[in-house]
Amino acid sequence: MAAPAFKNGLVRWIDHRLPVFSFLHHELHEYPTPKNLSYWWNFGSLAGIVLVIMIATGIFLAMHYTPHTLYAFDSVERIMRDVNYGWLIRYIHMNGASFFFIVVYIHIFRGMYYGSYKAPRELLWILGVVILLLMMATAFMGYVLPWGQMSFWGATVITNLFSAIPVVGDWIVTWLWGGFSVDNPTLNRFFSLHYLLPFLIVAVVMLHMVALHRFGSGNPLGIDVKGPQDSIPFHPYYTAKDSFGLGVFLILFAGVVFFAPNLFGEPDNYIPANPMVTPPHIVPEWYFLPYYAILRAIPNKLLGVIAMFASILVLFILPWLDTARVRSAKFRPTYRKFFWVLVIDCFVLGYVGANPPEGWFVITGQIATAYYFFHFLILLPVLGLIERPLPLPQSISAPVLKPAEGKA
Amino acid sequence: MRRLISAVALLLAFGTAAEAAEAVKPPKQHWSFSGIFGTFDRASLQRGFQVYKEGCAACHAVTQLSYRDLKGIGYQEDDIKAIAAQAKVMDGPNDAGEMFERVGRPSDKFVRPFPNENAARAGNNGAFPPDLSMIAKARVGGPDYVYGVLVGYVPPPAGVTVADGMHFNTYFPGQQIAMPAPLNVDGVPYQDGTKATVEQQAKDVTTFLTWASEPTLEARKQMGIKVLIFLIVFTGILYAAKRKVWASVH
Repeated sequence: MAAPAFKNGLVRWIDHRLPVFSFLHHELHEYPTPKNLSYWWNFGSLAGIVLVIMIATGIFLAMHYTPHTLYAFDSVERIMRDVNYGWLIRYIHMNGASFFFIVVYIHIFRGMYYGSYKAPRELLWILGVVILLLMMATAFMGYVLPWGQMSFWGATVITNLFSAIPVVGDWIVTWLWGGFSVDNPTLNRFFSLHYLLPFLIVAVVMLHMVALHRFGSGNPLGIDVKGPQDSIPFHPYYTAKDSFGLGVFLILFAGVVFFAPNLFGEPDNYIPANPMVTPPHIVPEWYFLPYYAILRAIPNKLLGVIAMFASILVLFILPWLDTARVRSAKFRPTYRKFFWVLVIDCFVLGYVGANPPEGWFVITGQIATAYYFFHFLILLPVLGLIERPLPLPQSISAPVLKPAEGKA
Repeated sequence: MRRLISAVALLLAFGTAAEAAEAVKPPKQHWSFSGIFGTFDRASLQRGFQVYKEGCAACHAVTQLSYRDLKGIGYQEDDIKAIAAQAKVMDGPNDAGEMFERVGRPSDKFVRPFPNENAARAGNNGAFPPDLSMIAKARVGGPDYVYGVLVGYVPPPAGVTVADGMHFNTYFPGQQIAMPAPLNVDGVPYQDGTKATVEQQAKDVTTFLTWASEPTLEARKQMGIKVLIFLIVFTGILYAAKRKVWASVH
């Protein structure tokens, strides 16, 4: 990492003592990136930007929010009505959570399609799963803060899951609540942790970036960069491409924030929490619905909770479950089909999770749950051994250059 | 452990109860405030406020509103002072340590008809008239549902027995509602010559309650249009920039 010759004297002076400019130059400008990244590679930087938006809006919301069971709901309404642009900040934060999950889920499925988790990027993937878990905890606790009916009952149902743990379950639930039901101590600690966890996410994101920059991005072909002809500097090429993607994202985001801000929300959460009245259907936020379906697919409570956590924990060992040497699904015709079956399976789980566990939803949820685990635990290890991949291209620039030569 | 079981049992019980009493989906209405250019019809808002004040307010609170908020539906400061002055507000303690009643001010929250939920239930045959300040956001169907319940009173169909003190309503979940039909033809004397049919009053008061649920709705939509225009133009420029930067790579 040779220090580049900066023109500005002050920059040179600082960089000699604190090499931040060299660092930025190295990681952004020199950082060689495969030249063939598609728009599916936009979602990583997009997720980082949404994280910043969430932290920025969250800090301002926290200035006006009151974490007390008697005042929380009214303080949120005060933000909506009386705080200058409070409605804007709150709707950005509230819908930002949904968009964060949309972006991250696309980012994860992109990783699955292109085998981004394979050697040498296993730890990069595992750090990503850690981020997902932290996001889920943060989102769950954030949803409790407005102290509406769904906040309260969602918190009650989810924290009660821990009562399924044998022997110490009830004790753990009481400990989590700080009392004998979801109440003011619960709300206070959820607020505290909701403020803390995003900064842990930032820390893990940094580790994610360190791991990423060790070997650089994967690419749609799944083959390694063979030389300088295969790569381009991150800046300005991918900064330009990511900026355009960000613009498209912001159009969609603004469309929801300004014209359908309650699209992802439950009307029940505009009713103040009432421990004496249970809503007809307690449903979590949409991004938790597939896990909720897995939880309810298994008649035994403890096994249901285990299955729900296992559905995410299985992602930690995904790099070793997938035995295929070829990374990209582009060259794995059979895996490619099963990938889309898994995507559909997750949507089915989400749909089942949104509906009451009755009638055909029960059996559909059970089949979809079984398939989810079948995909990871049986299909991937076996498929990698028996599937015959298509021939891989010589290098990244070979297929990129070909059409250009044809045109000329 | 037992708690989860009871929570799930409760869920199941409520689930089946909701299913047994099939609620009819209220039909979609045309609202002045829907669509991306939607704004509240000011005349309708003021008529709706009149319906609320002379009808609903006897039982239903709108605790999230202050009198000063009425500026948002087109009232002037003097009108608002006069409206607030009609209310009696409990204040204190004064220098002698005693609570006292005073005339309402624009900065006061709307005074609620009952001091607490128990008093409200005692005065309403055991039923609790819900706070209406969020009603248009807090119900599935939103304004269409609020309108549906207001006009949904019909004689019960043959074979349906309505419990004592209850009333049949097509769109209310369970179809039995404690509130008697709240609107009557010409029940509210409109000043502007609008005919006060039940449908008109329902429409007006629903418009008012939608505004009460989100007084910033107009500001939101107006800013949204500007933001979207900016973002679309800006994204177009970003696309052009991307093309130019990448021209040498392809």
